[in-house]
Amino acid sequence: MLDIVGKRFWFFLISGVVILVSIISLVTFGLETGIEFSSGSLMTVSFEQRVDQDDLKRELTSLGYANAIIQHTGAGDFLIRTHKLTGEEKTGLQDALAAKFGHLIETEFYSVSPMIAKETAQNAAIAVAVAALGILLYVTWAFHRMPKPFRYGTCAIIALIHDALVAVGVFSILGGLLNWQINLMFITGILAVIGYSVNNTVVVFDRIRENLTIGVSSDFEVVVNNSLIETLSRSLNTSLTTLFVVLALLFFVGVSIQNFAVVLLVGIVAGTFSSICIASPLLVVWERGEWGRFIRWLPLLAAKARGR
Amino acid sequence: MIRKNTWVLIFILVLFAFAISALIYPLFGREAMRLGLDLQGGIHIVYRADLSSVEPGEEADIMDGVMAVISNRINPLGVTEPIIQKQGRDHILVELPGIDITDREKERLSRVALLEFGELATDEEEARWENELGRWKPATAVIDGEEKALTSRYFRENTYVDRDNLGRLVLAFEWDEEGSRLSEEITSRLIDRPLGIFEGGESLLGEDDSPIAPIVRSVIKDRGVIEGLSYNEAAKLSKQLNAGRLPVSLEILYDQTVSPILGANFIDMSVRAGVIGIILVMLFMIIYYRVPGLLACLALMFYGASVLALFKLIPVTLTLAGLGGFVLSIGMAVDANVLIFERMKEELRTGRTLGAAIETGFNRAWTAIKDSNVTTFIVCGILYWLGSSIVASAPVMGFALTLFIGVAISMFTAIVVTRTLLRLFVGTNLAQQVSLFSPYLGRK
Repeated sequence: MLDIVGKRFWFFLISGVVILVSIISLVTFGLETGIEFSSGSLMTVSFEQRVDQDDLKRELTSLGYANAIIQHTGAGDFLIRTHKLTGEEKTGLQDALAAKFGHLIETEFYSVSPMIAKETAQNAAIAVAVAALGILLYVTWAFHRMPKPFRYGTCAIIALIHDALVAVGVFSILGGLLNWQINLMFITGILAVIGYSVNNTVVVFDRIRENLTIGVSSDFEVVVNNSLIETLSRSLNTSLTTLFVVLALLFFVGVSIQNFAVVLLVGIVAGTFSSICIASPLLVVWERGEWGRFIRWLPLLAAKARGR
Repeated sequence: MIRKNTWVLIFILVLFAFAISALIYPLFGREAMRLGLDLQGGIHIVYRADLSSVEPGEEADIMDGVMAVISNRINPLGVTEPIIQKQGRDHILVELPGIDITDREKERLSRVALLEFGELATDEEEARWENELGRWKPATAVIDGEEKALTSRYFRENTYVDRDNLGRLVLAFEWDEEGSRLSEEITSRLIDRPLGIFEGGESLLGEDDSPIAPIVRSVIKDRGVIEGLSYNEAAKLSKQLNAGRLPVSLEILYDQTVSPILGANFIDMSVRAGVIGIILVMLFMIIYYRVPGLLACLALMFYGASVLALFKLIPVTLTLAGLGGFVLSIGMAVDANVLIFERMKEELRTGRTLGAAIETGFNRAWTAIKDSNVTTFIVCGILYWLGSSIVASAPVMGFALTLFIGVAISMFTAIVVTRTLLRLFVGTNLAQQVSLFSPYLGRK
């Protein structure tokens, strides 16, 4: 039989490396925040003629918008992000662009003041924190008949934080390389991932609970491993069907929902991995009190690698 | 058992027929899906009114007046369902769905509300306003050698609704010093003639949508009353006049303007994504789970129709994020089915009969379905709160609502619809072939 729990240190190592990369990227690149969180104006314009992105950038700089961020989204379509424009500034900017590049249509305009942006960022942070707390309480309650229910809640939260960190890390890399910004859709996606991740974890925990009650084995490790194997095809199949629809969203709806779809994509992959390879094996580690063994295992692994 | 099952099946079919007809026909007066701003175009603006010059205690009335002025400005734009709402102490939300508005018009909405008084112009004179009562020019008078127009800025105190000594309802007002001189001169000229009230380029409209133009009955010096108004009209006019008395400027805090053309594109794209997503999920379910998979696909169709029908009937305002939530919920909707089918397979492996495997499979999978979906509900609740607490609420709330409805309905379809279909199938001859239920079981 497949031994998932036995390879737990390997899984921890993989996750550790991915999370380390996420953190390094977060420290170096940070996160590009969209206007919803840091205020400003975002304009989607569509030029009738072909316009080169570099020309557009140069023109914007000469108009005094050196800080403008430009994103090419389609044939003659551009997203232009600037500081918060007043009505006059906006008309002036559009007239100047039309004079230089020919007729243009503004298909979307979005403007957020610093006050609103601050409020939004604050509440989004609260929402994520409350969601995590709510889930911890719920999972602890759902497993309250088990010995040590708090452990189940904590392990579910660790898996959840793992998934959120990976998604945030990927966005920090995308932000650093491609100027992708996190916006409300990103937060919505993160919260959806949190729900999804715990959903997966709870299904496995539920099976552990059942197998413990039946008394499959006196060895906790065996019980957990059996439960993982039994729920494995369900975990993978549900992730697959969800991935299908997320990919459909990503490929057929495009830029406006890109943030959301990519967060879900990363989150679902990370969530599937963490629910199988992190959350439940962590229960075993906790049960056996072998926190130190993982640390001691790492140098052994390194020595082995050198030996080869 | 079988009889009960038949009744449930009939119930499901009736629900399905109801959902389909709700989608096709305008049931309960719901003509079409309610679309959010990002899907049908339009504007969503939040203003902050600068109330620094307003005395405490009067703020609410002034805000009402400012809102009345804004709504007066919106009327001529011909928006079908405008929303003008006060948020908190000094925020005003304006939502105008489905329109393409120029920057000039947008700017005009937020200009300081000043009410101007007008008199009828003669044919030779140039008119500033025109309405069904005639052509109007600003009511002016010369004081200290300078021609000045009478406006709401000359009110000394706030106007108020009162009763005169005959018990009739009147709107009472008081001019300041300069206003008194202007008013005296103008009203003595206009006795028995109407005094029009205008805001920007528009006439101020009464309850019956006809312009308000009280007839001057006597010379008004420092104080006067306007008669002949209904209570509602007087109260509204009073608030509008008061809002124009003070320099309450409006600052745009949040502005989202979407061209209707762009919105139409999003709908097409989301529908395509949804259809392709559903087809992929169905293919996967049929290939992997065979007959139960096929039954799950039928349940999925029921799911799609009833969720969309609910969106239309409640109605849920569909945004791009909401559509995303719906498409995502399709993927998750099969989760409950997958849980049950996997469980069924296990039960079949332990040697149970098909009928017994179905019942045990459903019963054992239930706790997992319940516990795991509660976490999604928690997240939906929190997202809904987040949405209601911020200005840019539409994407977040739309997603929370559609995902919540989606997951709730998916539990119902898996537990009731799929189960009923499976029970029905057990009664047929095809059920003898266990390999139809799991490709691997037959071989083992």
